[in-house]
Amino acid sequence: MALSAEQVQAVALLARLRLTDEELAVMTGQLNKIVEYVEQLHEVDTKDVEPLAHPLPISNVFREDRLRPSLPRDVALRNAPDTDGEFFLVPPVLD
Amino acid sequence: MSGESLVGRTALEHLDALAKGELSARELVQAYLERIERFDGHVQAFLLVDADGAVKKAAEVDERRARGEPLGPLAGVPVAVKDVLCTEGQRTTCASRILENFIPPYDATVVRKLKEADAVLIGKTNMDEFAMGSSTENSAFQVTRNPWDLTRAPGGSSGGSAAAVAACFAPLAIGSDTGGSIRQPAALCGVVGLKPTYGRVSRYGLVAFASSLDQIGPFAFDVRDTALLLKVIAGHDPLDSTSVARSVPDYLACVEEPLEGLKVGVVREWLSEGVDPEVATAVRDAVAVYEKLGADVCDISLPHSKYGIPAYYIVAPAEASSNLARYDGVHYGYRAARYEDMIDMYCRTRAEGFGAEVKRRIMLGTYALSAGYYDAYYLKALKVRRVIREDFDRAFEQVDVIIGPTSPTPAFRLGERLADPLSMYLSDIYTVTANLAGIAGISLPCGFTQDGLPIGLQILAPPFEEERLLRAARMYERETEWHRRRADLQQAVAAVSKAG
Repeated sequence: MALSAEQVQAVALLARLRLTDEELAVMTGQLNKIVEYVEQLHEVDTKDVEPLAHPLPISNVFREDRLRPSLPRDVALRNAPDTDGEFFLVPPVLD
Repeated sequence: MSGESLVGRTALEHLDALAKGELSARELVQAYLERIERFDGHVQAFLLVDADGAVKKAAEVDERRARGEPLGPLAGVPVAVKDVLCTEGQRTTCASRILENFIPPYDATVVRKLKEADAVLIGKTNMDEFAMGSSTENSAFQVTRNPWDLTRAPGGSSGGSAAAVAACFAPLAIGSDTGGSIRQPAALCGVVGLKPTYGRVSRYGLVAFASSLDQIGPFAFDVRDTALLLKVIAGHDPLDSTSVARSVPDYLACVEEPLEGLKVGVVREWLSEGVDPEVATAVRDAVAVYEKLGADVCDISLPHSKYGIPAYYIVAPAEASSNLARYDGVHYGYRAARYEDMIDMYCRTRAEGFGAEVKRRIMLGTYALSAGYYDAYYLKALKVRRVIREDFDRAFEQVDVIIGPTSPTPAFRLGERLADPLSMYLSDIYTVTANLAGIAGISLPCGFTQDGLPIGLQILAPPFEEERLLRAARMYERETEWHRRRADLQQAVAAVSKAG
């Protein structure tokens, strides 16, 4: 099933990526080629096969609920593009 | 001892000389720094060389040795680290614009263990951006060249680490392997690279790509050094809940013991079509070495291994699209200079910060996980993943280890596979299945092509059988001389300038 440029544009928005018209055209072609290639997965009979999401049979790894030191605020903010010294600053979300 | 005669030796040889007082850690690191200074302009393995930090650590090791204090197992040995592992106070970029100025506030557990082992961390190595690629050409900053032929790719994504060892810039290096990113560059650069079992090495502080597949592992010139380095980095870590609480064997202590009655399975599908004839011949010769050693060799089948790449290119991008959602221009990393609103800030930040391959994988993963396609792609891929795992389970009921080629071809030319993503993806056709199944694998040198390019032999073992893997690899290595060859950089540089 071929992906249209409109579909690829919609996926780009979901992925929070802004694509130029040229990137969109190239991406559409490449994604179609890759998706066509992965279609061969459907040759495999997976009736009654459970999905394997993770190679280890581990779940719910608990640890003691104990206080530990965490990053000091100034260190946590040090790599941020914009802060007021207390918080991470972002553009307005509401008008 | 001159600097040039020091570089190219193994870590164990260095440790021996250091312990005997034949040289100091400072002299050793100086020899490597000189080598890097002289040749890394041609190879471009490093994104960052920490000369000051390395000399300081080496001096500390020398002083502590002089005082008779106890030293760690890598005391004074230079180690190069892939730039995907966080190093406190030292730029960690993942070879991406989006992390160009990121300075982690903490060390990855593997980095901490290396420091505790008194290793001399000499620098951070180049890679495909976010470890996505098989040639290291997807780096946002520079193109690393194969030390055996500077017109060819070192493989990837840990191409900088593999090239650093092959170029004798460090005797040991650390990489990460999500679909072959340690083993394939090891093969293409003629060094040893090991992908441990999923859960064997802590990933705390590893910048995440595909979390159900990523593993950190060692590069070295030979199997004994690989065993030494694996022992240092392996083990459970409370900070990584996917690391497994199992004791770590002393891999080095047992590596020289041959495995009696070893059963070796040769993967039929990997030596038929699609493999370069010179690679196939070298692997068959390696099989003959095992036969000569008295191993019980038989053909085995991994009937679903051809579905490894298609399954991988759903699972890995799906996980990547989720993991890389964190690069939003808010907490750390790049933010676009101009934008209209919040959503536009995200979209521009990510468009400007990520390279083409990373975007491609995010798009593919987002698509595979999106409403209406989840069952057809993601869930289907996970089911095929189990079928692939069951192929291995069945094979390991018959044999102790599985062998075959690491890569279908020797090192390819730079630029050759860039325009066609699919052709690049197929570089990992023999390596991805081990990641999907979570088993352990190693690549070690098993010959050279007529053109002098290295060829890698891949050996696979069941989960947590790294000891068996290393012992089986060492049995072969001891019978051969491939691991003693070193790239002649002077000649490689001359060949390029002559051609240019």
